[in-house]
Amino acid sequence: MTGTLDLPTRRDEAWRYAAVEKLRAGDLDSWRQIDVAAGETLRELIVISDENAGETELVRLRVNLGDDARCELFGVIASADYARVEVEVTLGRGAHFEMGGITVGGRDTVREFVTHVVHAEPEATSNQTVRSVHWGKGTGNFLGAIDVVRHAQKTDAAQDFKGLLLEKGASVNAVPQLEIFADDVKCAHGATVGQLDESARFYMAARGLSPDLVRRLLVQAFIGDALVALDDEEAHERLLHVALDKLDKHL
Amino acid sequence: MLKIDNLTAEIGGKQILNGLTLEVPAGEVHAIMGPNGAGKSTLSYVLGGRPGYEVTGGSVTFNGEDLLDMEPHERAAAGLFLGFQYPVEIPGVSNVQFLREALNSQRKQRGEEPLTGGEFLKLAKEKAVLLKLDMDMLKRNVNVGFSGGEKKRAEMVQMGILDPSFAVLDETDSGLDIDALRVVGEGINAIMRAPGKAVLLITHYQRLLEVVKPDKVSILSKGRIVMTGGPDLALRLENEGYDAVMEAA
Repeated sequence: MTGTLDLPTRRDEAWRYAAVEKLRAGDLDSWRQIDVAAGETLRELIVISDENAGETELVRLRVNLGDDARCELFGVIASADYARVEVEVTLGRGAHFEMGGITVGGRDTVREFVTHVVHAEPEATSNQTVRSVHWGKGTGNFLGAIDVVRHAQKTDAAQDFKGLLLEKGASVNAVPQLEIFADDVKCAHGATVGQLDESARFYMAARGLSPDLVRRLLVQAFIGDALVALDDEEAHERLLHVALDKLDKHL
Repeated sequence: MLKIDNLTAEIGGKQILNGLTLEVPAGEVHAIMGPNGAGKSTLSYVLGGRPGYEVTGGSVTFNGEDLLDMEPHERAAAGLFLGFQYPVEIPGVSNVQFLREALNSQRKQRGEEPLTGGEFLKLAKEKAVLLKLDMDMLKRNVNVGFSGGEKKRAEMVQMGILDPSFAVLDETDSGLDIDALRVVGEGINAIMRAPGKAVLLITHYQRLLEVVKPDKVSILSKGRIVMTGGPDLALRLENEGYDAVMEAA
């Protein structure tokens, strides 16, 4: 790449909390196209860990789901100074998009999921669950846009974000953005931010668990929500391990 | 075994324990009774090391060691068990995982080998049977969706698995029906009535003391022990009330 592409700035809504200063032009040219044929199922795992990540990591996917097709996307972002997993999904009739995302990180890292789900046909469903655990001056973001076009009746779309801040100075941002033009749809979204529950921490300590173990167990429970729909036990363990390993290193 | 000497403690700048002195030797079940607001729960939290409960004076030694100098998890590993009046729900963490991690964490701190999954499950089943708690409950998340009675029985299963030498049980009888009270009381006897073990049993009612027969009964009022007697003191309190008994003294 020659750098002729304009780099985004924070004024662009989809890059509002991004570490845009870490971007180089070549980073943006990383779109991957995935087509899932009618009735087919695709499962995609994205792991950004210390083993494979550089300073800046962008994963950009465009997913087209045929009628009654299904895409399951599970991702853990646990490395890179700035990492962004960006997904654009277009759903055919009766298709389903399932996403579970986890961001963890400290220092001054920025790790984010950015999704744009288009319910282009009737009776499609989508479910997105993102959990972010940050410390130091780490930041986790979830920007989730859902479009429901006029004739996409019986759409059922859900989006759920929870942030857990382990230390003062860490932050999370949630930006749900719903544009609904059909009238017979269900669209749910929720976002909360909190800290580790003090009474649970003491209860667990009183049973003999050290503060590190308490934190690990509570964080494991917290991020587990994002992997509930992942029924491949080995993949489940691997993603959990990457996230908890980062937590243990506390970097 | 446990020696509390002239202990003072406060929460948020408000003094709750006011020069509390109490000694519980090994082999003893010592009941603490007292009116609401006397400091009973504060005493149990101070012994457990709950953040926010600040000790401002006095001392607590446990088997000759300075208890107040230990972190909460170190106190547990040293053999102290705190039974909660309101056991905490922990979504996403199963009882089995929680207790196995807790037991092995304690064993590690004591320099003992960890239990394998199989060994742990055998132990957990044994204690669940003792407390008449369905083993399936232990596979569920810690206290989530448990009734009041199930939470208290689960507390006692935890105590059975962790096998402490000293238990501080804070109103373990609250929220229990008559049958559950008997099961929990007999569980306490089975787990804690042994040489080298002792119990500090905080309760409002005589009923639990009919099953777990105390060797001594003390009245806690306004942050200090104001009277100590035998099991008959609990009966007198039940019949006459705190004011009358304390005034007569």
